[in-house]
Amino acid sequence: MARLNRLQMAWRAAQDLQEGMVVNLGLGMPVACSDYVPDGREIVFQSENGVISAGPLAGPNVADPDLVDAGSRQITIAYGGTVIDSTASFAMIRGGHIDVTLLGAFEVAGNGDLANWDSRIPDKGPLVGGAMDLAATAKAVWVIMEHNTRKGAPRLLEKCTLPLTAPGCVKRIYTDLAVLSVTADGFVVHEIVPGTSPAEVQKLSGAKLIFAPDCGPLNAPDIALPA
Amino acid sequence: MAIDKRIASAAEQLKTIKDGATVMLSGFGGSGFANSLILALRDAGPRELTIVANSATHPLARTQVLIEAKLVRKVICSAARGRGAELSPFEAQWKAGIIELEVLPQGTFAERIRAGGAGIPAFYTPAAVGTDLAKGKEIRRFNGRDYVLETAIEADLALIRGDHADRFGNLTYRGSQANFGPAMATAAKLVIAEVATAGAEAIPPGQVALAGVFVDYVVAIGGR
Repeated sequence: MARLNRLQMAWRAAQDLQEGMVVNLGLGMPVACSDYVPDGREIVFQSENGVISAGPLAGPNVADPDLVDAGSRQITIAYGGTVIDSTASFAMIRGGHIDVTLLGAFEVAGNGDLANWDSRIPDKGPLVGGAMDLAATAKAVWVIMEHNTRKGAPRLLEKCTLPLTAPGCVKRIYTDLAVLSVTADGFVVHEIVPGTSPAEVQKLSGAKLIFAPDCGPLNAPDIALPA
Repeated sequence: MAIDKRIASAAEQLKTIKDGATVMLSGFGGSGFANSLILALRDAGPRELTIVANSATHPLARTQVLIEAKLVRKVICSAARGRGAELSPFEAQWKAGIIELEVLPQGTFAERIRAGGAGIPAFYTPAAVGTDLAKGKEIRRFNGRDYVLETAIEADLALIRGDHADRFGNLTYRGSQANFGPAMATAAKLVIAEVATAGAEAIPPGQVALAGVFVDYVVAIGGR
């Protein structure tokens, strides 16, 4: 069984973004999705700090500390883009203008509950950012996260153990082992990585999984992680 | 006498800020921090400040020098976690009980400031419903959905960053500098903008990103 790496997970999620969608990318793995949109598909990436059509990372010759994305990365603005202020950006978010938000997560529950803002590390402060606004109001909330913690604990759970970002919001999940959706019946698995089995993926999960009748292989091209 | 909001230094204006004041600081992700003005505020030295800034810990913001100088009593923000395992100056004083923290969803943070500058005392938002950040707050149902009541934030001082200013205090921005600045400029009694350049000639109307009505003083610091 070969788990996907972080960039392969972002690649897989990016394949499901459709022409014309307005998409907000969260910190961590999600921001990499903009690098893997299929050629010729126009997607408007909205960054919570107000950059509309956030483009690829800026190369060394054009990098500008005054132009950054939600992850403080120095970026470019794609053709047709602009910048708005934070109140307009969150009006765009809360007002229902975001088709998909792709967020990182610590835990997701089978009822769609999302926990991604407070990992309860002792002494470290909380970081909520725009996650609660996005999770509560985007038309669709998709999550990219590793299937298990570094210690091997499952992140797909019957009930979240960490503080919630929003209840019942997650629709789709991309892990390093599987692609899942959240339905009224709980988690449904649509793809699993080659070399593993439904039984093994179930064993690595903390909630009952339903395997779709057409569950297929989760394939991604080789993408090297930066050194 | 012609209007001219350009000043060489904000030291005199910042001396009027009293202990216990509420201070808004613009900036997001390394862009739009009025870092020179923040240092000038540190030098003026008002104590027991309430800081309203999106991040309490961003390494590129000089907010932390106010914290290190022990001038801060409370922080209202959406991000309070420093990078890495080592505690940031904010986290250390927060854990020690020196600084009180009010953490908000970023959209709620922005809208509370906007409301403060727009004459709206409170509003309902869907963000944070069903989470710890809505605990103790009024929940009301509209059209079958629950919303949290949030109140406006106003300030005694806002330190914002722009790119270019004219003598009327009109501002332009470059890149993603604007972020919380325009809202903060509406919500504070005294608004000082730090810009790269300032000129006497008026910025063409269509290029003004923040109307000078909301800006009291501009300080040009050069660089770009």
